[in-house]
Amino acid sequence: MKIYQLSLFLENKAGQLTEPCSLLAEAGINILTLTLADTQQFGILRLIVKEWQKAKSILEEKGHVVNVTEVVAIEVTDRPGGLKEIVDVIDQGGLNIEYMYAFTFGRKNKAVLIFRFEDIDKAIEVLLRNKVNVIGNVDLYEAD
Amino acid sequence: MTLMQQEPGQSFVVENRIWDQAEALPRSQIADLQLARLRETAARAANVPFYKKIFEKEGLSPDSIQSLDDLQRLPFTTKSDLREHYPLGFLAVPREKIARIHGSTGTTGKPTFVAYTSEDLKTWAELCARFLTSGGLRPEHLVQISFGYGLFTGGFGLHYGVERVGASVVPASGGNTERQISLMLDLKSDVLVSTPSYALYLGEVANQKGIGPEELPLQFAHFGGEPWTEDMRSAIEKQMGIHAFNNYGLSEVIGPGVSGECALRDGMHIQEDHFIVECLDPDTLEPVGDGERGELVITSLTKQAMPIIRYRTRDIASLNPAPCPCGRTTIRMSRVVGRSDDMLIIRGVNVFPSQIEQALLRVEGAAPHYQIEVSRPKALDEVTVRVEMRPEVFSDMMSKMHSLRERIAREIQIVANIRVNVELVDPHTLERFQGKAKRVIDNRKKE
Repeated sequence: MKIYQLSLFLENKAGQLTEPCSLLAEAGINILTLTLADTQQFGILRLIVKEWQKAKSILEEKGHVVNVTEVVAIEVTDRPGGLKEIVDVIDQGGLNIEYMYAFTFGRKNKAVLIFRFEDIDKAIEVLLRNKVNVIGNVDLYEAD
Repeated sequence: MTLMQQEPGQSFVVENRIWDQAEALPRSQIADLQLARLRETAARAANVPFYKKIFEKEGLSPDSIQSLDDLQRLPFTTKSDLREHYPLGFLAVPREKIARIHGSTGTTGKPTFVAYTSEDLKTWAELCARFLTSGGLRPEHLVQISFGYGLFTGGFGLHYGVERVGASVVPASGGNTERQISLMLDLKSDVLVSTPSYALYLGEVANQKGIGPEELPLQFAHFGGEPWTEDMRSAIEKQMGIHAFNNYGLSEVIGPGVSGECALRDGMHIQEDHFIVECLDPDTLEPVGDGERGELVITSLTKQAMPIIRYRTRDIASLNPAPCPCGRTTIRMSRVVGRSDDMLIIRGVNVFPSQIEQALLRVEGAAPHYQIEVSRPKALDEVTVRVEMRPEVFSDMMSKMHSLRERIAREIQIVANIRVNVELVDPHTLERFQGKAKRVIDNRKKE
């Protein structure tokens, strides 16, 4: 039920995104989604890729600082109120979100929400109990 | 007497051994020897036009030196005095007596040259043999010297010292870190001689290649050539699985061999039968008290080719005259905490680059590679400290990254008493020098 997200340290200067992206492209690794958290001085690039172990070692070989984080992916119907239902469950379950992001992918009318929880095991338990559509690797990557 | 030091988790034990009984003379004999040799030095210095002129003007002569207190009547010698007499104006012997010439690295301007007679070279090898022996070197060891061989005194100085002890030398010289590691592994070097910053870099490259402390054959190391800290010693020891000794010297005086640590590693024993070391307030030039920090001022007692009187080293350290349990009777000096000319004055506070390093080493997992940039955009000085990111401290969470920056800034404030802006940069992007580290960029306009 857990998805592995890669996080990459980026110094805040021009062209910093180019190198990691072209390294992954050369290796034929498809980026399912990414998000960039940035400050004036540095950024954190968060990536979801299927072959995360391979991607990690390619990036590390070139001197990048990379770590692996366990996140939760939830599939929702792409309609008004889709996110709210999930957020209600999270609130009522007393779960702390560190950050989240969303993207749409291959399946029609479906969106995927990625959550980074403070306590991932508790989060998965609460979400499943409330019949939230938590998806694993297979569901996430097969539509890709 | 056997004297040992063993630290938890370390299997390395140093047996106390004294190379030359001159290191353990009764204090009164040291004083007699120093006085006699100071007078000889004054006689030799009278052949140097710079000193001759001052001696004549001040009415000084070897005979006017009646006690060691008379040293204070002798003139100081500074780096700019040496530069003004470039290249060899301080020579006290005819040119044909010169056996070798070394020089300062010239990082802060024109190099200064120092000359040695063949007797000076013998003395120098003996001095290095003394501190190498006190720091564990025995004839059965293989020593890899990663100091540059050239004008810099480090390489050749230690080389002849190791040979004098009867141990084996791998003259690897500086640079080419990959090859240094292969040499070390293939030849099974027991001992490393280098600058501490290069050792840190070397250990890091080895670790990146999957060669950890267990795989490295090194047992111990002798570091010198630049100021470093106790925290840096622990970091290097952990990274390489070694026991590190500190030694001190400078080319203008002789090179390495002025002082070095014994097995107890509680200060460096000054070779007092060859040098008189004073510790003075750099502003008033009055002696500071025992244990107080001041500028080291060194007079050579046996050098033939270029005797030097009261050389202002700009190195800041303190002296400890207390007897050492190792049996040596010589005064010990602390590690050099900084150079009076590297010292940055930031908003009125004296800051040494080594303090920044010390602060970084207090942050678990932070890289000790840093760069300090000082600027004065308006009326006030602003300091930026750039620190390389490392996997151990990187987090996907912004909040943790912010607290890392704050933690670094707070440690710097505790150690150096200045507020700085911390910038996190990509790993391996800060310039590394394979000899001495260049850490400071001062962009303030010189008024």
